[in-house]
Amino acid sequence: MKFKKLFNKKVKTVNIGLDSFEKDLQQQGQEVTGLDWTPPADLDEHVLQTLKENQDKIERANEKALEIILNGKPYLIGLDIARNVIPGMKDNLLLHAGPPLTWERMSGPMKGAMIGAIIYEGKAKNFKEAEKLGSSGKFKFSPCHEHDTVGPMAGVVSASMPVFVLKNEEYGNYAYCTMNEGLGKVLRYGAYDTETIEKLKWMEKVLYPTLKKAIEFKEKIDLKNIIAQALHMGDEVHNRNRAGTSLFYREIAPAIVETCKDNKITAKVLNFINGNDHFFLNLSMPAAKVTLDAARNIENSSIVIAMTRNGTDFGLQLAGTKDSWFVGKALVPDALYFSGFTKDDANPDIGDSSITETAGLGGFAIAASPAIVQFVGGSATDAVNYTMTMYEIAYGENNIYQVPYLNFRGTPTGIDVAKVVKKGILPFIDTGVAHKDPGIGQVGAGVLSAPMQPFIKAATGLAKNLKK
Amino acid sequence: MIKSLVKKGEYFDSVSLMIVGQDVTKMEYVQDATVIMATQENKSILRTAGLYKKEFEQYNDTDLLIVVKSDFEDKFEEIFENVNNLLNKIRNKKDKQGSYRPKSLEGALQEQPDSNLALISIAGRYAGQEAMKALKKGLNVMLFSDNVSLETEIELKKYAIKNDLLMMGPDCGTAIINGVSLAFSNIVNKGHIGIVAASGTGLQEVSSIISEEGFGISQAIGTGGRDIKEEVEGMMFLKSMEILQDDEETKVIVLIAKPPHPSVVNKIDSKLKNFKKPVVTIFLGTDEKLFNSDNIIVASTLEEAALYACALSNDTEIIEVTKFLNERRDNFQKIIDQKVSEMDSQRKYIRGLFSGGTLCDEALIILGKSISNIFSNRSSSEKSTLTDPWFSKEHTLVDLGEDEFTVGRLHPMMDYELRNKRFIQEAKDLETAVILFDLVLGLGANQKPLKDLLPTLNKVKTIAPEISLICSVTGTAKDPQKRADIIQVLENNDILVMPSNASAAEIANLIINKI
Repeated sequence: MKFKKLFNKKVKTVNIGLDSFEKDLQQQGQEVTGLDWTPPADLDEHVLQTLKENQDKIERANEKALEIILNGKPYLIGLDIARNVIPGMKDNLLLHAGPPLTWERMSGPMKGAMIGAIIYEGKAKNFKEAEKLGSSGKFKFSPCHEHDTVGPMAGVVSASMPVFVLKNEEYGNYAYCTMNEGLGKVLRYGAYDTETIEKLKWMEKVLYPTLKKAIEFKEKIDLKNIIAQALHMGDEVHNRNRAGTSLFYREIAPAIVETCKDNKITAKVLNFINGNDHFFLNLSMPAAKVTLDAARNIENSSIVIAMTRNGTDFGLQLAGTKDSWFVGKALVPDALYFSGFTKDDANPDIGDSSITETAGLGGFAIAASPAIVQFVGGSATDAVNYTMTMYEIAYGENNIYQVPYLNFRGTPTGIDVAKVVKKGILPFIDTGVAHKDPGIGQVGAGVLSAPMQPFIKAATGLAKNLKK
Repeated sequence: MIKSLVKKGEYFDSVSLMIVGQDVTKMEYVQDATVIMATQENKSILRTAGLYKKEFEQYNDTDLLIVVKSDFEDKFEEIFENVNNLLNKIRNKKDKQGSYRPKSLEGALQEQPDSNLALISIAGRYAGQEAMKALKKGLNVMLFSDNVSLETEIELKKYAIKNDLLMMGPDCGTAIINGVSLAFSNIVNKGHIGIVAASGTGLQEVSSIISEEGFGISQAIGTGGRDIKEEVEGMMFLKSMEILQDDEETKVIVLIAKPPHPSVVNKIDSKLKNFKKPVVTIFLGTDEKLFNSDNIIVASTLEEAALYACALSNDTEIIEVTKFLNERRDNFQKIIDQKVSEMDSQRKYIRGLFSGGTLCDEALIILGKSISNIFSNRSSSEKSTLTDPWFSKEHTLVDLGEDEFTVGRLHPMMDYELRNKRFIQEAKDLETAVILFDLVLGLGANQKPLKDLLPTLNKVKTIAPEISLICSVTGTAKDPQKRADIIQVLENNDILVMPSNASAAEIANLIINKI
């Protein structure tokens, strides 16, 4: 009888509620674990009921999805021009970060990046012309995510831009991402001035052919391996990519030297990569994307396979609900602001880079990245607690990506939307912050929790599918 | 003017917020303030308090509302900053406890996989779900929260019984398991007396007296007050009786409750027929003939039940208890005569101010034997209902732990403020002869009772020296507040402290009848 077992044993309590009860137990010398309990999301009873009734089905689907995510083998296999490789890419198509968006609803930095891309493509000479074109309906806008692509911040991709080509060698799918422009006035933060466009042109004319040859020389580069090592070296590969960039540099530098005959160009290209701590972000992101995309269209799965923001909306997609977007308002991050800027200058959250969190990196792996704890409250304990909290909403733990401080425990991987709504715990995202006006650029970096609304909608959407 | 600050998605438990709210109200420049989660109930509290603003409609359960009323427009910023600091202090206190604090039961079980009990005190509408989760993970549950639906209670208890788990509550405030005192319990000796109780303060009174008598408790299982109602069929009460019957450490069993529904009485009765261990019952307000079984000892007060149990576990004749109580009663006379002689003729009514519901019930029964018309806010049958519980009328006993007093406020066992005001109110009434009150110590209760109570009692004496202040102290020597020390100080301040709630009511009764 279990009562006997309880009566003969030490009482070990889980305290859910009043803190004083926990303290009273501690004072009696008892073992007690206190919860920092959060209420569940305000979800329709029927939705909860449907999820409960179908728990086995969901469980099986999630196991399958997690297996695919863990088995993914992201490789960098080439560099090419967007129009040649990205599915559905056209000269009058502009891809952007986040869920679908119309010109009218675009935020400042998103518009700025669109204008920059239109000027870059030679379709307009200045802001006014580009703005007119952008709003004319001549250009179509589409989420990167719907074209096997991801982009940081505004994430704008136009037809002539060079893009990394990644392949998931286990499942055969591809993903694409532009090259990182570095800091300062950059398109991804909504800058569109001459300096910005000239840098993009240099990247197209000089960086692209040089790096393309080097990657061809290498044939392929194992990104999973680099990310795993980078986590051991203090990156979470979203807000910190210093180790990843260094590791990538070690891989690619000899190949550049082998394949580029012009010393000056070699030096310039090597210095460009070396001088940009975020160069690897545009590889960690598509690596996450190509890994997660393989787990699309697994019926009944409640695992999130894309989580992204366009500066206006936050959207997510589930493995079990095909290509449906579940969308809510994007929030403004809590951030450390560069001097001269405040939260009033900040644009709501923007960028596809939360694909890293979706794959168990970024904010989910922040315990591996003590160097950037000032973003999360200043102490290493805070960072550890964030990662610990994410285990509560993750379906599983990563087999390759690990947190050294947690005894090399795998990072929390595969966000389970059912756990998010039932526990009321939201995914934690690292992020850069763009100025709300076009043309100004980055004003800070920080963290935020995803908004609840899209997760409630996603749970509801999944429940609808399950009922069919 | 009223201004507000909203923190979206910031959850704090209600007790923490009440404490912050109290501190804010005491701040300079603040006229009135509330810090609460934006639930529907809380919004209606704001409406009654005149602190509601239309914009609050858009916020919900997980949003924090800070509403401040002040005449100093330029001070709001400072006030809100101070509130923020208070809230951060609470948050940081939690973080400082070092290691990770899990957010869910699942997370807690990873941290402490061999947990065997969940103590749940979150808001009622979430509590049922958490309790079911805990049961399904194989944990015994003590559910402190109230406002859990009857259907949920039945579902939880059915599941628990099927799976051989304890499901104490909802609305279970007191339990002592393996010598560990949970929630609102007293620290008692370990021993061989087992208790099943559908009444929290009843359990506190009985277990404390047993412990103070030098005996001890094996297990004290609370079931929640609704367990013995018709719908719940005494499920956990009956199960707990069985458990204690099987428990080797338990030699004597005490059953404590208000009168159960007749169908439940029958079930308890048939269970008692085959009982092997001696049983003492105290079903307040029922007569001796409640059960047909003759192998039980029926007590008429909580104290008597405790003393019977001590006697039984000590092989002392029951008659000794009766003798002892009678002798003690004889000694009351001198005290009564003295108190009566101090009284002026206008004063004729008793006012009882209780923090323990069962203690109030017990006093009502004892006083009701000779006083025909006592007003009360307790929903028991014989008493006249107090039309306005905020004001006494003739003979009145109020339980300040009833809902009408506790909405948006801490329980009177923790926070004496409301009762203190009532003390003064009664003192100013020229017809008040006796103020009878309880003082409940132990875990969960006010940790500095003298500091919070004595100034008020002394004020009462200044206002009306003739009033007899009579109380009993429920607690033990092992409680953090230390019962003997409390009694000593009260007596030094000329408060008549009786050994039990029953004896306090009894002497109050005798005084009233003599006036």
